[in-house]
Amino acid sequence: MSKLKIALYWAASCGGCEIAVLDIKEKILDVAAACDILFWPVALDFKYKDVEAMPDKHIDVCLFNGAIRTSENEHLAKLLRQKSKILVAYGSCANEGCIPGLANLYSRESLLDRVFSETPSTDNTNGVRPQLKVKVPEGELTLPAFYDRVKTLAQTVDVDYFVPGCPPVADQTWAVLEAIVTGKLPPKGSVVGAGDKTCCDECDRKREDKKIKKFYRPWEIIPEEEKCLLEQGIICMGPATRSGCGTACVKAKMPCRGCYGPPPGVVDQGAKFLSALGSIVDSNDPDEIEKIINEIVDPAGYLYRFGLANSLMGQARTK
Amino acid sequence: MSSANFEPKIVGFLCRWCSYTGADLAGTSRIKYPPNVLPIRVMCSGRVDPTFVIKALVEGADGVLIAGCHPGDCHYTSGNYRALGRYKLLKKLLDQLGIENDRVRLEWVSASEGERWAQVVKDMAEKVKKLGPLGWRSNVEENERQEAKIARG
Repeated sequence: MSKLKIALYWAASCGGCEIAVLDIKEKILDVAAACDILFWPVALDFKYKDVEAMPDKHIDVCLFNGAIRTSENEHLAKLLRQKSKILVAYGSCANEGCIPGLANLYSRESLLDRVFSETPSTDNTNGVRPQLKVKVPEGELTLPAFYDRVKTLAQTVDVDYFVPGCPPVADQTWAVLEAIVTGKLPPKGSVVGAGDKTCCDECDRKREDKKIKKFYRPWEIIPEEEKCLLEQGIICMGPATRSGCGTACVKAKMPCRGCYGPPPGVVDQGAKFLSALGSIVDSNDPDEIEKIINEIVDPAGYLYRFGLANSLMGQARTK
Repeated sequence: MSSANFEPKIVGFLCRWCSYTGADLAGTSRIKYPPNVLPIRVMCSGRVDPTFVIKALVEGADGVLIAGCHPGDCHYTSGNYRALGRYKLLKKLLDQLGIENDRVRLEWVSASEGERWAQVVKDMAEKVKKLGPLGWRSNVEENERQEAKIARG
C-alpha cells in the first residue's frame, strides 16, 4: 500500500502549530512510517517550485497553519489547495485569524508606521518603508505584498476540514492524523479534533449560579480551588468556546481565553460571550450595572482575541 | 461622506410589551415623525443578542435602536437589566471597532409614550444622518480593491 502523501505549511503564524505536530512525541515516527512528507518548510528542504511542479491533487492531505496576511501566504494557500486532495485548516490562525488577526483592529498604514517608525528602538528618520521590488546587480528582488487585513484560510480558498486550537492539543492532533491515515474522516467542512459542546461541559469545576458583583483580572485574586472561575468574577470564556482541549488552561488555574473558537451553531464567538457577560451582572440598578461593566477594560481584545478575523465584522473601522 | 439626500436606515428592536406598544401609540395618534427606523418586535429587550446589532450594522444598517421597558417595569422582571448590561459592554466594544457613539442607542419607551417614541426616532435619525452612511460592505469591498492593487505592485 502506498504511503499517504502529506504536506505541512506555515503562513502568518507563530510556529506553535508546527511544534504542536511534534507534540505527539514518539508517534511522529508512526506518521513518518505511514506518510511521505512532500513539503514542510520548517523541517524539510523542499522549495515552492517543487510544489509548483507537482500534478494537481498530488498531495493527499495538507495541514495548513497560519493566517493569510501577505500575498505570499495567499499564493501558497491557492497553490496548496490546487495540489492537495484534502486541505486542512490546522490551528486557530488558519481557522479564525488568531493573534495575527488582532492586527485587524488597526489600519495597514498605522501598522506599518508603528513597526517601521514609531517603535522606541527604531531610528528611521527617512521614513523608509519596504517596497515590493528592487533591482540589484544580480537581478530583481521581490517582497510579498502586505495586505490591508488578515484573512482566514477559508476566506481565501475552499477548506475541507477545520482543526481548532491555539495550538490544537497533542491528543487531538494525533486523533486527526489517525483519522486521516485510516481514512475515517467525517463529511467535508466538518470541524475535527474537537468536541461539539462547550468547554464548561469538560470542566471539573463546580458550577452553581452566576451572579457577578465585580469582575477580576486573573492577577487580582487567588481563585478558590473548586468553584467555577467565572462565578468568582474571573472572566473565563469557557461558556462560548468549543470543547476538545480538555480545559488545559483552567486545570492550570488560568481562565479559558477561547482559543478553540466558537461552539457549534455560533457565528460570532465574541458577540455571544459579550451577551453572556452582560447577563451575569448581578444588579437591578442601572448605575451599578454600568459600574460593574466598566471593570472590563478591553472588550475587543478579550472577546476577539482569537476570532476577530472570522467574526461578523472581521476588522475595526479605521477610516 | 454624506450626500444631502442620505436617509439613514436604522434597525429597531422594540420590546413587545412597552416599546412596540408605545410606537403603535405614536402611529394611532397620527404623530408625524421620520420613517428611518425599521421596527422589529421582540418579546423583551433582553432578547436582543449583541450579534443582532452587529449583523445589522454589517448588513447595511446605518444605526441600531434598542427600545425596552423602563427599569423596574420589565414584563419579565429583569430582562431589561440584562439588556442594559449587554448594551453597555457592546458600546465599549463598538467604540474600539470604530463605530460612532450615536449609531447604536438604547432607550426606555413605555406603552404610553407615543410622543417620546417619535422624539427618540427624530433625534436619532438626525444624529445618524449627520454621521453619514456607515457603508460597512462598501468599505470592505474598497479595501479588497486596494489589496488587489497592492498585490499587483
